[in-house]
Amino acid sequence: MRRPASAAAALLLCGCTGVQTPLDPAGEQAASIHTIWTLMLWVCGFFYVLVIAGLVWAIWRNRRVAGGAPQASTHDPGMERGLAIWSAMIFVGLTVLATWSFFVDRSLASTHEQNALHLRVTGYQWWWKVEYQEGPHPWWFETANEIHLPVGKTARIELESGDVIHSFWVPNLSGKMDLIPGRHNVLDVTPTRVGVYRGQCAEFCGFQHAHMALTVIVEPQARFDAWRLHQLQPASTPATPDAQFGQQVFQSRACGMCHTIAGTDAGGRMAPNLTHIASRPTIAAGTMPMSKGALAGWISDPQGIKPGSKMPDVPLTTTESSAVVAYLSSLQ
Amino acid sequence: MSSRFRPAVRALLGLVAAAALVGACDRELRDFGSSAPEAGPTIQTTSLTPGPGGQVPPDPRGEIYEKSAAHVSEGGRLFRWYNCNGCHSNGGGGMGPALIDDEWRYGSSIEQIYGTIAEGRPNGMPSFRGKATDEQIWELAAYVRSLGGFTPQASSSRNDEIRSTPPRNQVTPPKPSAEGGASVQGTAP
Amino acid sequence: MTRPPRKPRKPVASGAISDRVLEPAAEAELELTWKDPPGFWGWLVTTDHKRIARRYLVTAFLFFGLAGLGAVAMRLQLSKPENTLLSAARYNEIFTMHGTTMMFLFAVPIMEAVAVFLVPLMIGARALAFPRLNAFSYFVYLAGALTLWIGFILNIGPDVGWFAYTPLSGPEYSPGHRSDIWAQMITFTEIAALAVAVNLTTTIFKMRSPGMTLSRVPLFVWAMLITSIMTILALPAVMLASSLLMSDRLLATQFYNPAEGGDHILYQHLFWFFGHPEVYIIFLPGLAFVSSITATFSRRPVMGHIPMVLSQIAIGFLAFGLWVHHMFATGLPHLGDSFYTAASMAIALPSGVQIFCWIATLWAGKPVWKTPLLWVVGFIVTFVIGGLTGVMVASVPLDLQLHDTYFVVAHFHYVLIGGAVFPLFGAFQYWFPKFTGRLLSETAGKWQFWLFFIGFQLTFFPMHILGLLGMPRRVYTYPSGLGWEPYNQIATLGGVMLFTSVLIFVINVLVSLRRGALAGDNPWDGPTLEWATTSPPPPYNFMLTPVVDSREPLWEHREELPVMEGLSTAKREVLTSSPSEAEPISRQASPEPSIWPFLSAIATTIVLLGTIFSEWALVWGALPLGVVLTGWFWPKRPRAGGEAQ
Repeated sequence: MRRPASAAAALLLCGCTGVQTPLDPAGEQAASIHTIWTLMLWVCGFFYVLVIAGLVWAIWRNRRVAGGAPQASTHDPGMERGLAIWSAMIFVGLTVLATWSFFVDRSLASTHEQNALHLRVTGYQWWWKVEYQEGPHPWWFETANEIHLPVGKTARIELESGDVIHSFWVPNLSGKMDLIPGRHNVLDVTPTRVGVYRGQCAEFCGFQHAHMALTVIVEPQARFDAWRLHQLQPASTPATPDAQFGQQVFQSRACGMCHTIAGTDAGGRMAPNLTHIASRPTIAAGTMPMSKGALAGWISDPQGIKPGSKMPDVPLTTTESSAVVAYLSSLQ
Repeated sequence: MSSRFRPAVRALLGLVAAAALVGACDRELRDFGSSAPEAGPTIQTTSLTPGPGGQVPPDPRGEIYEKSAAHVSEGGRLFRWYNCNGCHSNGGGGMGPALIDDEWRYGSSIEQIYGTIAEGRPNGMPSFRGKATDEQIWELAAYVRSLGGFTPQASSSRNDEIRSTPPRNQVTPPKPSAEGGASVQGTAP
Repeated sequence: MTRPPRKPRKPVASGAISDRVLEPAAEAELELTWKDPPGFWGWLVTTDHKRIARRYLVTAFLFFGLAGLGAVAMRLQLSKPENTLLSAARYNEIFTMHGTTMMFLFAVPIMEAVAVFLVPLMIGARALAFPRLNAFSYFVYLAGALTLWIGFILNIGPDVGWFAYTPLSGPEYSPGHRSDIWAQMITFTEIAALAVAVNLTTTIFKMRSPGMTLSRVPLFVWAMLITSIMTILALPAVMLASSLLMSDRLLATQFYNPAEGGDHILYQHLFWFFGHPEVYIIFLPGLAFVSSITATFSRRPVMGHIPMVLSQIAIGFLAFGLWVHHMFATGLPHLGDSFYTAASMAIALPSGVQIFCWIATLWAGKPVWKTPLLWVVGFIVTFVIGGLTGVMVASVPLDLQLHDTYFVVAHFHYVLIGGAVFPLFGAFQYWFPKFTGRLLSETAGKWQFWLFFIGFQLTFFPMHILGLLGMPRRVYTYPSGLGWEPYNQIATLGGVMLFTSVLIFVINVLVSLRRGALAGDNPWDGPTLEWATTSPPPPYNFMLTPVVDSREPLWEHREELPVMEGLSTAKREVLTSSPSEAEPISRQASPEPSIWPFLSAIATTIVLLGTIFSEWALVWGALPLGVVLTGWFWPKRPRAGGEAQ
C-alpha cells in the first residue's frame, strides 16, 4: 500500500497540473459542466470579437476626423435597425446559453440509480471527516481528508458542517457544494476515469482555509472493495518496541483525547481518525505529504506549520516523539 | 519575490506590525502558541480536605488568557471537546457542580481553576495534566471563569447551539473573593 | 485652493452664461450671501455641495490608495507558493480590509461624490435639496471609515472577508469585537450613502432648471437618479443583515443560529439582496461618466437617448432580481436557481444596448482623442470581458465550478475596475478643470492610462486561468506543483504596474493643482450646464437660473444661454420645479452654514460606537442625539420685514 500512496503524494504535491482543474473532467458531472464552458467560450468570444470589431471600425473610420463643432442629434434609422439586430442577437445568444445551462442543471439534479455509494463528509476547521456508512453497523468506517471511489459508480455524498461554512470541491469530478451548519446538502459524483485528484475547501472558513485540501482516489471496483475491507480492520498491532512505546504514549498522553485509533484506547472524536493514517498520501488535510519526517515535524510544531489549527503543541520528549512517529507510520 | 528584497519588505511590514501591536487591545489578542511547551505552574497537591489547598501565587499568564476573547472562545471549544459537559452540562452542573453559580469550593481565581483541572479533585473531577496541554488547560480555566461571570469583557454572548446560559457577556462580575484562602464564595468572610 | 481670478463674462469656448448678468451690487450681495465663514470653522459648517464633494473625493481616493496597498501586499504574498511574507491571520485581515474598503469606503462614496458635485450644476440648481444632510453624511462616512481603519491599524480589525458570512463572523467563531467593528462600519457608511441618495433623488426631481423636462435630463443625471433610488431600496438590507449580526453577537439573539431556529442562509439572502444591487450602484455612475465623456469628445450627443435611458432603468430593476446567483453553491432548490440564471443573463441585454450606443456615437461622431476618451475605450474593452465572464458564472452548473475561485475574482475586478474605475479616471480627467479651474496634464494622463490598462490586464487576466486551474479564493498561500506560480507572478507584476500608474495620477493631480493650465469655463466644449459657469463654480453655482429647451443646452445656444432671474440675492434661495415638466413652483430657502450636522455626526458616532460594546448606548446615546437634532431643526424666527421660513 505504501508505494501507490507515495506516488499519489508525488503526483499531488510535486507533480503535474490537471489534478485540481475543471478543465480536465474525470467525472460525469464535471464533463457536462465542461460542455457549458466550451459553449460559453465560443458564444461569448464571438460577441466580444464583434464588440471589438465595432469599436475598432468606429475608431478607424474617424481616424482622420478630429473634433470640430458639435453636431445635433440625428434620427438615424440605420442605427436603430442596427440596435434592434444587435439586441436580437444578444437575446438569442443568451437564450441559447440559458437553455443549455438549464438542461445541464437538470441532468445534474436528477437522481441517480438507487445503488449509489453513500458517503458523509463533515467539514471542520480545517479538515474533512469522511464516513462510509453502508449497510449494517459493522460495515461503517471513518477516515479523514481522503475519499476513495469506485470508477463508474455514482457516489452520493452528504455534506454537513461541524462548525462554519465550508465548500466541498473536487473540480475534476464535479462542481462544488457548500457545507452549511444546520443544513444538509447532497452532491452526486460519478467518476469516469481512474486517477488521483485533489479537492480543496472553497468557502473561506478561517485562518487555515488555504490548507484544507482533500484527496480523491478513483480506482477500479475491486481495488476499492479491497481498500474498504482494509479500512474496516482495526489498527495494526505495533511490531517494533519503538512503535509499541509509541502506542503507549499515544494512548496515555494528549493524543487520544482528540484522535481515534480503532482497536486501541484512543477514542477521541474531535480530530481526524488515524487508524490507517500511514496509508494516506498526505497529512494535515493536504498540507504535507505523508512521511516520517513530515509526521515528526507536524507533531513537534503544528502551530508553526499550520498556525491557528486546532492541533496543539503537545510537549513530548524526543524519544516519545520518535516513538509516536514510528507507531503512526506503521498504521497502514 | 526575490529574497534580496524580502528582508526590506519584512522590515517595513514589521514596523507597521510593531506600530500595530503597540496599541493592540488585549481582548483581540490571538497567538497560536509557541513551539516550546511551557512549564506548568507549581500547584500544591491537595491535602484531602476541601478547599484550594493553601496559597496560590498569581500567575501572569492567567490574566493574558482570561482577557483574550480568542482564548476564552477556544476554551469553550475544548469544554465541549473534552466533554466537560458530561458532568457540568453547560455550566449548570449535574454530576459535577455548577460553574455558573458563585459557589467555588476550590477557589475561583484562574490559578485555582487551573489547579482544579490539572490536578483533579475528590469525588470525580478527573485530572487533565498530561491529557490536555498546558495552554489548553489555561484556555479551559479562562472559559470556566467566563461561565462564572468573571470575564464579561472577553466573552461572547452565546455559542451556535441550543441556548443554555444567559448571555455570558451580559453578566455582572461577582465581587472578587479573597483569593487563596476562602473556601466557599457567597458567604461573608 | 484658490479659484483663478474672475474673468469678465465673455464666451470662452462656448455656451457661456448670458450677457444678462447681475448688477455689481447685486452680484456682490449674492457672493456675500453664499459665502462660507473663513478658516477651519468654515470647513466644519459649510453646506456648499462642492466643498463637501471635494472632501468626499479626497477621502475616498485616499482609501482607494490604502486598499490598493493592501492588494499589493496580498500580491506579494501570493507571488510564490508557501510564502511567509504575511501570516495567515494578517493576510485574512488584509483581504478583508481590501474588499471592505474598496466596496464601502471607496466605490460608492466616490461615485456619490462626483454626483454631489455635478448634479446640481448639471440641472442648473444653486444647491442640493438638503445641504446640511449632505454635510452630515460626509462626517458620518468619515467616522465609519476611521472606525474600520483605526481598528485595522491597532490589530483589532475584522478578518472575515468583506461579506462576513455567519457563522464565521458570528459570536462563536469570531470572538471579541473585530466583526462588530466591521458591522458597525457598515451602519455608518450606509447612513451616509442613504443620506446622499435621498438628497440626490429629491434634488433631481424637484430642483431642475425651468424647461429641463424629463426628456431633456442629461444621461448623467438619469444614471445618478436611478443609482440613488437603488441605494434607497438596497442599503436597508445590509444594514439589517449587519445589525442582526451585531445583535446576535452582543445580545445572544438567534437570527443566525440554526440550533434555535435561525438560519445562516438568512444572512446570505439579506446581504446579497443588498450586495448585488450594490455593484450596479457602483457601475451605473460609471456609465454616467462614459455617456458624458463620449458625447463631448465625439462632438455629438450619445446615439439612442431613449434606449440608453430605458437600459439604465432596466438595469436598475433587474439588479434587484439577481442576488441568489451569489448563493448557487448553498444547496437551494435548482429550479429557483435557474430563474436567477435567466435574470442574471438578462441584465446583459441592456448593458449590450448601451455598448452599442456608445460605439455608434464614436462611429457617427468626430472623436477627439483626449485622455478621457481613452478611458472610455479602455472601459469598453475591459468591461465587456467582465460582462461576458459574468454571463458565464450566471449559469448554475458552470458557477458550481467557478464560484469562489480566482475566476470570479477576475470577473468582478473586470466589471468593477473596467466598469467603474476606468470611467472614474476618465471622469477625473474630464471634470478636474471644473472642480479646480486647472487642466490635468494630457501627457501624464496618457501615460497613466496605458500603464493602468496594461497593468490591469496583466494583473487580472491570468486570474481567469488560475480559477480554471483550480485556485480558490481567499487563500493566503498555495502549494507548489499545481501550476499556479507563473500566473500569480504575472499578476503580481501587473499589480505593481497598477500601483505605479495610480502614483502617476496622484503626482499629476498635485502638480496640476499648482501649475496646470488655466481651464476657463468650458475647456472641452461640453454640452451640459455645468460648463456654463466658471471653473471652479462660485458658491452659488449660477448667477442667474438657466432656462433649458434642449438636451444639450450649451450646444443649442452657443453664444447666449437663456436665463431667468428672480432668486433673491439677499438670502439663500433655490428654485423648486415640478418633477416631470420642470415648471417653476416656488422659491425655497436654502440653509445657512450650520454646525449642527457636524455635531449630529458626533452624536451618531457616539451612539454607533457605543453599541459595539453595549446596547444601552442606544438608550443613553439618544439623549445627545436628540439634543443635536433639536438644534438642527430648531425653526428660524421670521425676519423683520421678510417672509417667514
